[in-house]
Parts: sequence; structure tokens; C-alpha cells
Amino acid sequence: MSPAAGSLDWKALQPANVMARITFIQKDGTERVVEAEPGMTVMEAAVKNSIPGIAAECGGACACATCHVYVEEAWRETTGQPEQMEEDMLDFAFDVRPASRLSCQIKVTEALDGLVVRIPEKQF
Amino acid sequence: MTEDVIKTDVVIIGGGPIGLFAVFELGLVDIKAHVIDILDRPGGQCAELYPEKPIYDVPGLTVVTGQELTDRLMEQIKPFNPTFHFNQRVESLERRDGSFLLTTDMGAKFECKVVVIAAGGGSFTPKRPPLPGIEAYEGKSVFYSVRKMENFRDRDVLIVGGGDSALDWSLNLEPIAKSLTLVHRRSEFRAAPASVQKMFDLVESGNISFKLGQVTELHGENGQLTSVTVKAPDGSTFEQPVEVMLPFFGLTMKLGPVADWGLNLDENLIPVDTEKFETSEKGIFAIGDINTYPGKLKLILSGFHESALMAQQAHKYVYPDKKLVFQYTTSSTSLQKKLGVK
Ligand SMILES: Cc1cc2nc3c(=O)[nH]c(=O)nc-3n(C[C@H](O)[C@H](O)[C@H](O)COP(=O)(O)OP(=O)(O)OC[C@H]3O[C@@H](n4cnc5c(N)ncnc54)[C@H](O)[C@@H]3O)c2cc1C
Ligand code: FES
Repeated sequence: MSPAAGSLDWKALQPANVMARITFIQKDGTERVVEAEPGMTVMEAAVKNSIPGIAAECGGACACATCHVYVEEAWRETTGQPEQMEEDMLDFAFDVRPASRLSCQIKVTEALDGLVVRIPEKQF
Repeated sequence: MTEDVIKTDVVIIGGGPIGLFAVFELGLVDIKAHVIDILDRPGGQCAELYPEKPIYDVPGLTVVTGQELTDRLMEQIKPFNPTFHFNQRVESLERRDGSFLLTTDMGAKFECKVVVIAAGGGSFTPKRPPLPGIEAYEGKSVFYSVRKMENFRDRDVLIVGGGDSALDWSLNLEPIAKSLTLVHRRSEFRAAPASVQKMFDLVESGNISFKLGQVTELHGENGQLTSVTVKAPDGSTFEQPVEVMLPFFGLTMKLGPVADWGLNLDENLIPVDTEKFETSEKGIFAIGDINTYPGKLKLILSGFHESALMAQQAHKYVYPDKKLVFQYTTSSTSLQKKLGVK
């Protein structure tokens, strides 16, 4: 149905989806910046951009721990703490540190524009 | 090991949701099946990887968890009384004149007319911690499961992990081991609260030693561990003397022996036709996540459909002289009799 004449299309007036830039740093120091749409997860942003080292075998169900990343210190507060289920699944990750997160459990928001995460040397 | 051969119409390799539903579809056409799975229970990925997570796209069920779906399938196939063989992996598939011979890693043998491969993403295999040089110790002083408790008698045993396997084996091996040390990265456990309590009681009484940390290095010679380096939560490291180590980091799916059965493979999947879901070889079917064909979707509902069509063709091999008449479960008295509802 077409909108009534004279009515405003509010959607069109809103700014186009703001993208969040996320930097992935590999073990060897190589960096890649990708653009992620708010709403998707950091894991999805990595997989979509073929970032090596994020296997994500379970497709984001928090059931495999192969999407393990270390969140850069400055971003730890904004990304928050893992929930119980994620903490349990982190038991299956290798070399877990205080900055460890499963990237499929980090939702991208505008507040995460600039986020930096490091890929562990090894996923299981 | 037994030389007795179990003779049956059909063997289903894999007790995931699709293997289970295949029991149903085969049962409706009077074919009895044996189901073999390396896991200790039915359900495949649904039970092992996401028992408590919701599935929203099984037709007719708005939402169902992995475990619930498994339980419901088990209930649904009950009338057909399948025989399950758990904790066993099918290792080999031999062709005989008009039949197949399957052998498991436990030495069990099955002779059947039809093989249904419902092996999903492959057989569940313990995850190997990516510790440098671990391969050299595997099977000698690093084990991923306990096949014989005796191997652990009077040894310094190290168990790593915080789930049910780690806890259960800590409790079971503590009485026979010379010493038992449990290493886990945090003081919370995913395991049954009762086992956790028992473990802490044994720590209290000095029978189990519990250490917080993660194993980072292995030390030893000729496959024999002597110690491991453990990194504590505060970043400091210490050496833990040990003779045998059992790391429990969950399971992952590896294609496994299916790759060696001489079937055509396409990127670790078995190509099938979309009429009968039969492989390049007559009498061998592949259904569920393990197969591939143009347009394949790795969905439970696709696997269910594949089971139904597979059963039609399987019937031709098991009962070459009988003709199948298409019937509905709603209205066919003969189908209802089989289901035990008439
Ligand atoms: C986290 C997650 C969420 C999912 N969500 C959905 C969803 O919402 N909807 C949906 O439709 N699908 C979903 N799936 C996919 C779905 O689980 C699979 O499609 C389904 O499990 C496939 O069933 P299967 O029986 O073919 O194989 P599997 O479930 O993989 O079972 C195969 C079994 O075969 C056994 N096996 C293999 N080889 C051997 C051997 N040689 N000897 C003995 N045993 C062997 C394995 O141990 C395993 O138990 C999800 C999967 C995951 C991981
Ligand atoms: S993708 Fe499997 S846990 Fe994140």
C-alpha cells in the first residue's frame, strides 16, 4: 500500500544504517578493518569478511568455542562480561584470558565503532 | 571380541535426528533397523551440541530444544523397536555378494542388505588441545577417554577440564590412582552439582588435588609424560608432575572412517541422487547432513524428507517381490497397526 498523500516516510528521513568499524589483529600482527552492521555479531562480521582464525563451527550458537577472541583492553567495558553460557563454553577454548570472549556473543552496536579484537594463536 | 555376526535388514550409521527418523520411515515399510553411534546416547548434534537451545523450524513444532526433539523422536520410533549400539564407531564397510558387512571398533559385526549412512558432520571425536607435541603422547600417556580403568591404577593422573566427563572421571579414578590432580581454569564447573560437591569433599579430605589454571606445555620423553606446565589465573606458571593426562575439552565432528569406504566424496560429503538418496553404490544410502546434491540444505526437515524417500527404495532391496502401496498414517489401518495405535 502506498502511504497517504502528504504523509512523511519517517524511515527515509533517518540516517542510513551507521556501520561500526571493527579491527581484527592476527597473531602475527596483521590487521584488518571491516565494516559491520549494528545487529550482527562480531563473529558474523569476521566470517562475512573471511577473517582467518575464526572457525565458528556452530554458526554462532555458543556451542563450539571456535570463535574465541581477545578484546582489546580499552574496549572491555563496552563489550561487557560474558554471560554464564558463554563462560561455560569458554572452558572449551584454548588459552583463555581475562579479555577472552566468544565473538558470536558480542552484538555489534554503534557504540562499538572502532572495536579492536585479537585472534588467538590457536582455536581448538 | 565376538565373531558373532548380527544379521539384519538395515544398519543405520549415526543416531542423530535423521538416523532416528529413518527408523520410523523404514518401520512403516516393515523394515527393522539397527542403529550404531559413537556417542553414548541418541540425538547426534541436537543432543551433543545444543540440547538446551531452541529450534524453530521443525514443521509443526513452534519451538523445540535439541534434547526435546531427540526425546520426541525416540518416542515416535518406539513401536519399531530399533536396536541401538552406542559407544561404537563403524570402522569398515565390506561388500559381499548381495549384502554388506560392517565392523565396529569394538569388533561387533553386522551383515545387512541395506546400509543407511546418517553420519551427519562425521563421528564425534574428542577435541585435542593444541599443545605443541601432544601427538607423540597420545595413546601412551595422554588419553581422551577411559577405555580401561586399570591403565590408571597407581599412576599420577592429571585431569583437565570442568565438565561432566572431567568430574566423573576424577571421582571414578581417584580411588585407584596414586594421585589425582584436577586442573580447571576457574572454580565454577559446568558439571552436575552433586559431582562438583563430591569432588570438593575429596579435595577437602586431601584425596584430590584441585589446581586453578590452564596447561600450556607438556614435558616428557618417548611418549611418556613426566610433567606439564600450568599457567595460573594470575599469569604465573608452575610445573605439575604427572604420568598420565586426560584432557576433556568437549567433542568435535570429524568425518572419520566414512572417508575410507570407497564411496565418492565431494568435499567430505557423499553425493546422492534426489529421488532415492542413494550413493553411487546400490544399497548404500546417505541421508541428513552427510549427503550433498544440488540445492542441499543442512536442515533437519530436509533430512526427514530424505528418510522417507530412502525407505521406498530400501523396501525394493529388502522385499524384492513385494509391491509398496502408498498409504497415509491417518487412514491406513495396516500402518496404524504397525504404530500400535489400532
Ligand atoms: C548449534 C546448532 C544449531 C542448529 N540449529 C538448527 C535449526 O534450528 N534447524 C535445523 O533444521 N537444523 C539445525 N542445526 C543442524 C542440525 O542439527 C543438523 O542438520 C542435524 O543434526 C543433522 O542430523 P544428522 O542425523 O544428519 O546428523 P548428526 O546430528 O550430525 O548425527 C550424526 C551421528 O552420526 C554419528 N556417526 C558418524 N559417523 C559414525 C561412525 N562411523 N560410527 C558411528 N557413529 C557415527 C555421529 O557420532 C553423530 O551422532 C543446528 C546445528 C547446530 C550445531
Ligand atoms: S560460533 Fe560457535 S561458539 Fe561462537
